Amino acid sequence: MFNLTNCLILSAVLFAIGAYGVLARRNLLVVLMSVELMLNAANLTLLSFSRWFAGGGAPGGSTALAAWPSATWVTRAPDAGHIFVLISMAIAACEVAVGLALLIALFRVRQTVSTAEVAELRG
Amino acid sequence: MEKVLLLIPLAPFLGFLVNGLIGRKLPKPLVGFIACFGPVLAFYCAVAIFSEILRTGEPVAHSYYTWIQAGDLTLPFRLLIDRLSIVLVLVVTGVGSLIHIYSTLYMEHEDAWGYARYFAYLNLFMASMLVLITGSSIVMLFIGWEGVGLCSYLLIGFWYTNPDYANAGKKAFVVNRIGDLGFVLGVFTIWYLFHDRPEALELANINKYAQAALDNGELATVAALTPAALLLLLGATGKSAQIPLYVWLPDAMAGPTPVSALIHAATMVTAGVYMTARLHVLFEIAPHALVVVACVGMATAFLAATMAVPENDLKKVLAYSTISQLGYMFVGVGSGAFGAGVFHLMTHAFFKALLFLGAGAVLHAFDNVGDIRQMGGLREKMPRTALIFFVGCLALAGIPPFAGFFSKDEILFGLLNNFLHGHGPVWLILYVAGVITAALTAFYTFRLFTLAFLGSPRGPIERHDHAHDAGPAMMIPLFILAGLSLVGGWVNVPLIPGAQNFSHYLEPIFGAHGPASHAAEAFGLALSTAVAVSCAYAGYSVHLRNPTFSIREGLAGAWYQLAGVKYRVDEAYERVFVQPIMAGAAALWEFVDVGVIDWAVNAAASAASATSERVRRIQVGLVNQYAFYLAGGAVIVVMFVLGLVGE
Repeated sequence: MFNLTNCLILSAVLFAIGAYGVLARRNLLVVLMSVELMLNAANLTLLSFSRWFAGGGAPGGSTALAAWPSATWVTRAPDAGHIFVLISMAIAACEVAVGLALLIALFRVRQTVSTAEVAELRG
Repeated sequence: MEKVLLLIPLAPFLGFLVNGLIGRKLPKPLVGFIACFGPVLAFYCAVAIFSEILRTGEPVAHSYYTWIQAGDLTLPFRLLIDRLSIVLVLVVTGVGSLIHIYSTLYMEHEDAWGYARYFAYLNLFMASMLVLITGSSIVMLFIGWEGVGLCSYLLIGFWYTNPDYANAGKKAFVVNRIGDLGFVLGVFTIWYLFHDRPEALELANINKYAQAALDNGELATVAALTPAALLLLLGATGKSAQIPLYVWLPDAMAGPTPVSALIHAATMVTAGVYMTARLHVLFEIAPHALVVVACVGMATAFLAATMAVPENDLKKVLAYSTISQLGYMFVGVGSGAFGAGVFHLMTHAFFKALLFLGAGAVLHAFDNVGDIRQMGGLREKMPRTALIFFVGCLALAGIPPFAGFFSKDEILFGLLNNFLHGHGPVWLILYVAGVITAALTAFYTFRLFTLAFLGSPRGPIERHDHAHDAGPAMMIPLFILAGLSLVGGWVNVPLIPGAQNFSHYLEPIFGAHGPASHAAEAFGLALSTAVAVSCAYAGYSVHLRNPTFSIREGLAGAWYQLAGVKYRVDEAYERVFVQPIMAGAAALWEFVDVGVIDWAVNAAASAASATSERVRRIQVGLVNQYAFYLAGGAVIVVMFVLGLVGE
């Protein structure tokens, strides 16, 4: 039950929900949350691959090693996936800070956070 | 020596740069000084080179750098002065300097910018003319040729705010250009014939190769030299105002009078004569070319003289006179007496510049009214001007011992000589025509003098009262030119043994021409003198008694009236050439420029506009929609990366 495939499916579902939220929700706050959701789904994907392909003490890890092509970095940095995720989380945090600041600035001017109502730049 | 040689065209050119760029900020006396400095310095250098040539007997030449190097064609920037060109250089720089000095007073009423502009153009003209004369290849000559054409346009249309004057400048340039086309085609023909020989466009080499073609019996090449020579002649008719391209010169009187003196009497218009004299071997060898030159020249001389007789504008009489005298120069060159043509070029420069500058003095004091019917009796108020003008008239009419007599007589004798040597009856016809033209010349010259200076005043009295002799800056050059008009002919006195210095001096270039017989020469001299003196007196007495003299009855009357309207040549050109071209241009404008090109450009613009109209409907301003496009694009990119979609 707890295998790579199912983890990847979970990530994909989360990503899809996040994408739906970005594209189809009108509340900007919800859009920002959906963006976070997408980022987390990507992080989950990275971690899944890191656990099942990078080996080193994880159940079911080492056997998949043979399927990996020339992967010297795998033997030298088996936790590379985790490192990517840490960086990604830091970036997500910064991006959320900026996004929320923009949201607040917009609210101060327009008194609304609905995407339908801030459509002045029409062609 | 090379620096001295280069300084000759360079000095006026530097004056042009200074006056052209910063002249309007400088005080007028300084502008005048800078402007005169160039030509005077060039004259000084010319004298130095003249003594060098007399000392060594060799031409002074130097290549400064290689200008063009392309396949067969090598064109160095080389200046060359030999015995022939030094004569012209001295005339151009000497008379030019005098005219520059004269102009400093004549143009005093201009504002600072006009004053600087005038002298900048005048200096540029000098530089171009000197390049024309000293250039060693026909292309260098053409550079100067074009340059003087440009300056002529700029100076004729100097007071460009007057549309008539501007049109006169335009006419001069366009007519000149037609001649230039002939010139260029002539150069192409020469190149085509000689391009496989080294440095084929050097003037000396053109002569050499033409001679070689004759000596080697290359009949096709020799025959092909005639169209080349005639095309060059077409160029010369444009520049030197011969038939059919003389129509610009009378209109060119719209420019300031010193310009008329310098460009349209003494220097630019002689470029055609110089070119023909320079390429004399080419013209001698090309079959029938010289006869054509002589006939064109004589026809022009005669017709222009007839047009000068009824003319009532002071400067225009001198303009037609110039056309006529240029015709004489071409006749001289065409009869094989190249030295005579060049001699007349020199003396004509002296007395015609004198006459034009004198006319300028009259205009300067007479409120710019040039109609001689309103003058009369100017001798009382402007005695010195009248004196120098009288000297100029004597020289122009060809009365001994003034300069014009010797040069004109030498040309006429060249014609008679050709006939006596058995070259055909055409030379006798030309000789008779030449004598008749000399008669007309004397007649209209003294008509002009009598109507302007003698008799009693005919116009408004205030204008006559205001007339006065000009200041020294104008009078001194006039007196110098008057002196030259007197003694200038003495370098080549016929019949007296050892007095033909000018002909001997040019012999190394043109070869020796001995007269047929002293008796014929004496006869020619006597005839010319008698004709000139009698017709001059006739012109004087007829117009003193009857200032409004004109012929109205009979054949002579019809001819007189027709000559008065210049045979309607301008109108004919207008109808035959100008209007069809203008109509064609209007049609082209309407159908091609507006219909095709403008339509295409506008169509492209409206297509872009319509497309953008549609495309901007995408942008509705909804953030969700933009995010959707973003996602869609990302999907497509991923598909590319995964290879699901091809290139």
